[in-house]
Amino acid sequence: MLIRTKKASDVKSSEITPKSLFDQRRKFLKTAAIAGAGLAIGSIGGSTKADAAKLPNLTKTRWNAKTVGKDLTPYRSVTGYNNFYEFGTGKTDPITYAKDFEPRPWAIKVDGLCENPGTYSYEDLVNPHKLEERVYRFRCVEAWSMVVPWVGIPLGDIIKRLSPTGDAKYVAFETLNDPDRMPGQRRRVLQWPYREGLRLDEAMNPLTLFTVGLYGEELPNQNGAPIRLVVPWKYGFKSIKSIVRISFTAKQPPTSWNMSAPREYGFYSNVNPEVNHPRWSQAKERNIGEFLKKPTLMLNGYEEEVAAMYAGMDMRKNF
Amino acid sequence: MAVSESWTAALATPIIRPMSANTLIRRVLKPIIWGLSLAPAVWLCWLGWQVLHGNPDTLGANPVEYLNRYLGDWALRFLLIALSVTPLRILTGWAQIIRFRRLLGLFAFFYVALHLASYIGVDQFFDWLAIWQDIVKRTYITIGMAAFVLLTVLAATSTKGMIKRLGGKRWNGLHKTVYAAGLLGCIHFFMMRKGVQLEPIIYGGILLALFAVRGFNGLRRR
Repeated sequence: MLIRTKKASDVKSSEITPKSLFDQRRKFLKTAAIAGAGLAIGSIGGSTKADAAKLPNLTKTRWNAKTVGKDLTPYRSVTGYNNFYEFGTGKTDPITYAKDFEPRPWAIKVDGLCENPGTYSYEDLVNPHKLEERVYRFRCVEAWSMVVPWVGIPLGDIIKRLSPTGDAKYVAFETLNDPDRMPGQRRRVLQWPYREGLRLDEAMNPLTLFTVGLYGEELPNQNGAPIRLVVPWKYGFKSIKSIVRISFTAKQPPTSWNMSAPREYGFYSNVNPEVNHPRWSQAKERNIGEFLKKPTLMLNGYEEEVAAMYAGMDMRKNF
Repeated sequence: MAVSESWTAALATPIIRPMSANTLIRRVLKPIIWGLSLAPAVWLCWLGWQVLHGNPDTLGANPVEYLNRYLGDWALRFLLIALSVTPLRILTGWAQIIRFRRLLGLFAFFYVALHLASYIGVDQFFDWLAIWQDIVKRTYITIGMAAFVLLTVLAATSTKGMIKRLGGKRWNGLHKTVYAAGLLGCIHFFMMRKGVQLEPIIYGGILLALFAVRGFNGLRRR
């Protein structure tokens, strides 16, 4: 199902915030938040609601708290229980060690088979678009899940502006590789930088979100600030965080977990309760905040929107 | 005051008979080891109590995972502690240390059993089919179960009566398999973690060091 979203050209230029004003606002918000946090008694460590900037004027979509069919996972769990090995392998390492990470200024290099390669700032990429709120189920390969109100732009809208050429069949993404800012990278848990990729049609699917926020505010550092993907019908590790590079390729790009353990993590990694994983049964999942495991839905419940892309493909072979 | 005077008097009284090594082990050191060995379990109970009394986040966002990992961590630690008794005897020459070995081994089994119980009763909530499939299909769980079965046999044959019944030589041979249990435990941990992580490597390194002490000693005695 195609969802109508405003194109870049639909946005009146008067609606676009000039960068200088944007920066001023951010600075103001930060200062205000710090002052506010000082007043708040017993504020928690890490990024809290108080010190992240609110994202205004979010467009409502049909993926909302009502249609998702489950309660939202509490903010403290969404931001306090993370897999982000760039900041350590423990679930609470990211909130602890990403605290001082500075996600601005941020640049993304675009290269490969497209007509508009180059280096774009966060503002170049994000500001021309209207931000949408989308409540998605999020399923980790470790058999736990969450329900998260993300904020972002359909990745397809960004890709259209970058104009991939006819030869481009895949999009590859890379996370920042900077052990000084990301202490988890000082050890080779994985081959850094973290790499992920999608087939171009998967990237263009209306569900795929170029994500800049959650719970109505800018992405906390531990959730992949300032820009990450959210691909809700795939296991969480496909939703790459803190993106610094986007490349259009003709061949299927290498992806980090597949490089680490090809038997365990396929390129597609679609959520599929019927395809066994050597480490975890994928038949059931524990939604964070609940005690009993519940059955996992085919393609994480997004079958209607994405199954057509895999028609005729052996999901067991292409796991 | 009268009370403090009587205390000072008591302290001033010289101890006539120094404690024998036997009494020291039985009356002082063993209770200390009991206390220390139970401390992780007691601490877990305290955390659990807090979860039920107004602090639901004490065990993090995923308390089930926390519980299972915590017990697994302590199971492996106690297994390594029990395995280090003999190397410590070799290194220090303190023969009596061997008297703590069974106690520590049984505590390792205690935490292994709790770790397994939390997997069956809390994580899988007695979904026997899922548990069976895990044991058969997921290698790290197969390995963990093998270690558990082995340790059960060793715990069951840890009494003096069983030593007599089996005979010292056979009993010794059987209980040498604890090395295998240690190895299986470390592999289980390494495989459970994703990517190449530091913690399982440290545990594996400790196990290798313990093996090395025994190995060198064995060569020297030949």
